[in-house]
Amino acid sequence: MNLINSLTILLVEDNPDHVYLTLEGFKRSGLSNEVKVVVDGQQALDYLFRIGKYSDDKEFPLPDLILLDIKLPKKDGIEVLKAIKEEDRLKNIPVIMLTTSRDEAEVVKSYNYGANSFISKPVEFSDFMKAIHDLHLYWCVTNTLPQV
Amino acid sequence: MTNVITILLVEDNPDHAFLAKESIKKAKLNNNVIVVEDGQEALDYLYRIGKFGDTNEYPLPDLILLDIKLPKKDGIEVLTDIKSNDDLKDIPVVMLTSSTRDEDIMQSYHNGANSYLTKPVSFTEFTEKMRDLQHYWCITNTMPPKKNNV
Repeated sequence: MNLINSLTILLVEDNPDHVYLTLEGFKRSGLSNEVKVVVDGQQALDYLFRIGKYSDDKEFPLPDLILLDIKLPKKDGIEVLKAIKEEDRLKNIPVIMLTTSRDEAEVVKSYNYGANSFISKPVEFSDFMKAIHDLHLYWCVTNTLPQV
Repeated sequence: MTNVITILLVEDNPDHAFLAKESIKKAKLNNNVIVVEDGQEALDYLYRIGKFGDTNEYPLPDLILLDIKLPKKDGIEVLTDIKSNDDLKDIPVVMLTSSTRDEDIMQSYHNGANSYLTKPVSFTEFTEKMRDLQHYWCITNTMPPKKNNV
């Protein structure tokens, strides 16, 4: 089983404000996990499939948990989710969709393609922090993660 | 939340079922828990076989809590069935088990479990974990929209 403080989280998010808030929320929940940030869907796939600079698996280890925005440049989150869940080597990694969309079709699509969880990003700062805090504790402490 | 959330708990150990039901009541989240005791009964419920044809009494669940070691059909078989059925696969399935075996953990995620929780031995920790689980899935997480019971 993973040691709590050795977890790597891959955050796929193109909005710099949301990246900042998410990292801040993680810090506040008091778990010292390493967060790698990529800013579009193609970069997420390059990371996970170890393309280019991401072949250095010391610097870019496979994540224990993936937080995936839906609206992303180049390849959207649903396409990235599909690629992850179709790949035997990656499909065990929990993927949490994290989006501002309130579109029910996206919720259904995400679950159908195998998203482990779906979180609508709250607009309010304090609610956003609370959601990040809760998701961090749930997935890294309450839940048992698979070994990557 | 005004909508009642139906949780299907698949658990053969009556003590665990009792504890889980108690913790769910305590969380005061307007959740309705239905317990079935083996893997076959879980599938009968989800496929509306026999008495489970009554959709008022037995609505499709919004969340499934699934033990692994179960009589008749084990939890992994039930999970695999749910996740390969287009009408059921979007319902979140949380494995709730005493097993900490790597193989059970890997197989669960591999077959599409949304989450994997180990049951703590102590009563207090069990209750806390049930509270955290409900808080996460019913409040933090967004569930798929309710299905019309077909």
